[in-house]
Amino acid sequence: MSSLRILVGVKRVVDSAVKVRVNSAQTGVETTNVKHSMNPFDEIAVEEALRLREKHGKDKIKEIIALSCGPTKSQETLRTALALGADRAIHVKSDDVLEPLTVAKLFSKIVNNEKPDLVILGKQAIDDDSNQTGQMLAGLLNWPQATFASKVDINDNSLEVVREVDGGLETVSSSLPAIVTTDLRLNEPRYASLPNIMKAKKKPLQTVSPADLGVEVRNRLQTLKVTEPPKRQGGKIVASVDELLEKLRESKAL
Amino acid sequence: MCTTYSGRFYAMQRFNLSSLVFVETKGSGFDEGALNAITAARKLSGPVTAVVAGSEADVTAKAVAKIDGVSKVIIAKDAVYDHALPETNASLLKALQEKESATHIFAPHSAAGKNIMPRLAALLDSQQISDIIAVEGDDTFVRPVYAGNAIATVKTSDPIKVVTVRTTSFPAAVASDTASASEEAAPAIEATPLSKWLKEDVTKSDRPDLASAKRVVSGGRAVKSAEGFKIIYQLADKIGAGVGASRAAVDAGYCDNSLQVGQTGRIVAPELYIAIGISGAIQHLAGMKESKVIVAINKDADAPIFQIADYGLVGDLFTTIPELIEKI
Repeated sequence: MSSLRILVGVKRVVDSAVKVRVNSAQTGVETTNVKHSMNPFDEIAVEEALRLREKHGKDKIKEIIALSCGPTKSQETLRTALALGADRAIHVKSDDVLEPLTVAKLFSKIVNNEKPDLVILGKQAIDDDSNQTGQMLAGLLNWPQATFASKVDINDNSLEVVREVDGGLETVSSSLPAIVTTDLRLNEPRYASLPNIMKAKKKPLQTVSPADLGVEVRNRLQTLKVTEPPKRQGGKIVASVDELLEKLRESKAL
Repeated sequence: MCTTYSGRFYAMQRFNLSSLVFVETKGSGFDEGALNAITAARKLSGPVTAVVAGSEADVTAKAVAKIDGVSKVIIAKDAVYDHALPETNASLLKALQEKESATHIFAPHSAAGKNIMPRLAALLDSQQISDIIAVEGDDTFVRPVYAGNAIATVKTSDPIKVVTVRTTSFPAAVASDTASASEEAAPAIEATPLSKWLKEDVTKSDRPDLASAKRVVSGGRAVKSAEGFKIIYQLADKIGAGVGASRAAVDAGYCDNSLQVGQTGRIVAPELYIAIGISGAIQHLAGMKESKVIVAINKDADAPIFQIADYGLVGDLFTTIPELIEKI
């Protein structure tokens, strides 16, 4: 196996534990003064890159590059990736709302510049829930894609991935370069240690703009409105199994 | 004057609408999520063309041609499309979009739809709209975001709309004796397989499929073990239900990953959903809160699941569930 370079995509999103609220103007959800973190699937992507390096050695996995697109605060997410073990980071700075297709185009330009052998992304961002970017990037590059990965093996210049599909698991293989998107069962991400967080501040973080990359940020989707989902009626606590059965029969659910 | 013009223009555009629906073949059968996607496509005025691809696509096509609302079935009989490989299927759909001048391409938001459609969208330079729950117009769709905690209405300016459909939000199209769509072979395209399917490890089950079951019984962390999860199967079998699980139960190895209900697992909306030993995290609720009647059985009276359950029972699942099984 010749030496490989891995590009990992990370997105800064509202923390998964936050109960989001729709803003009063119904234009979006309240994101100011709300805790943000790295998208959980991206943590898994970073972890997988690190584990591949730990398994194959630093000679084989030469470099791990973290990439994020978004406002200045995305740099915090990149610093987290660096603290976990990525070698350097690239920030594509944009204050605009970036749709998955735009992000995929930005990533494809970075891929053309950096020539990674493997790109690992999360399967979906927990804010827009699109589940698109990895597949779109694979399409733009005409690379093979292995989405929803629960196991990743690299042998020589080939990739073998176990994927989570609706009925169970399936195994696919492809040559490198390729795109992998991570599912929850792929691994359990580590935490960054304090010394590593300090060290991460000195690691290189390069900032570029979409214009530098020759990508026009043009949104295709206009959000007409954002509303709260319908509220469910308040629940009733029953005292016994008998009462539960009675209620279920009354409501014809059983 | 102006309104007449734009009205006519709009009517002309509508006249030219046409939809392709991707039907995932499974051997000689097909994934039933396509039936819900067909219903979504029928909300638009144009004709609906189903695309079936795979080594037994000709057999599948016979069944698909009987579905109400499908005017044409395009058959791509070739093993390169088997197992819904994304590279070949996305290339096929792109070629068919061009041939048919389709304005819309629909697929269910299933593992296959999620895998293929964004690749296709990128090839068509279109920003896909994922997991729609309603069609508001030719270019306007409704979809949940933030684990279903907000509902966004989006309007696209893309000429070709690539859309995946939440199957539980649209009724399944039905087959009828009178329906008989024309069949047509797909042109051969250069679809180089970039990846290779090696094997599958599919959970065989006689129970109703999770996504289409009328009743679902789900177990969480509190079942404590794979052994403990058996009680979930027993109750499910007693009432003819599909079996689901929370992420905690899957991660702990109590059951198979294909059972996970939630934001990143399967989305279900049965008549009856029984959550057993599930606390009710945001990510789990995202997958089941559209269920008609929700029952929660949990030992912790403060578990968030009780806030959305129609009927809650506070108690130990290892005593309440056997009692429930016995008394049903």
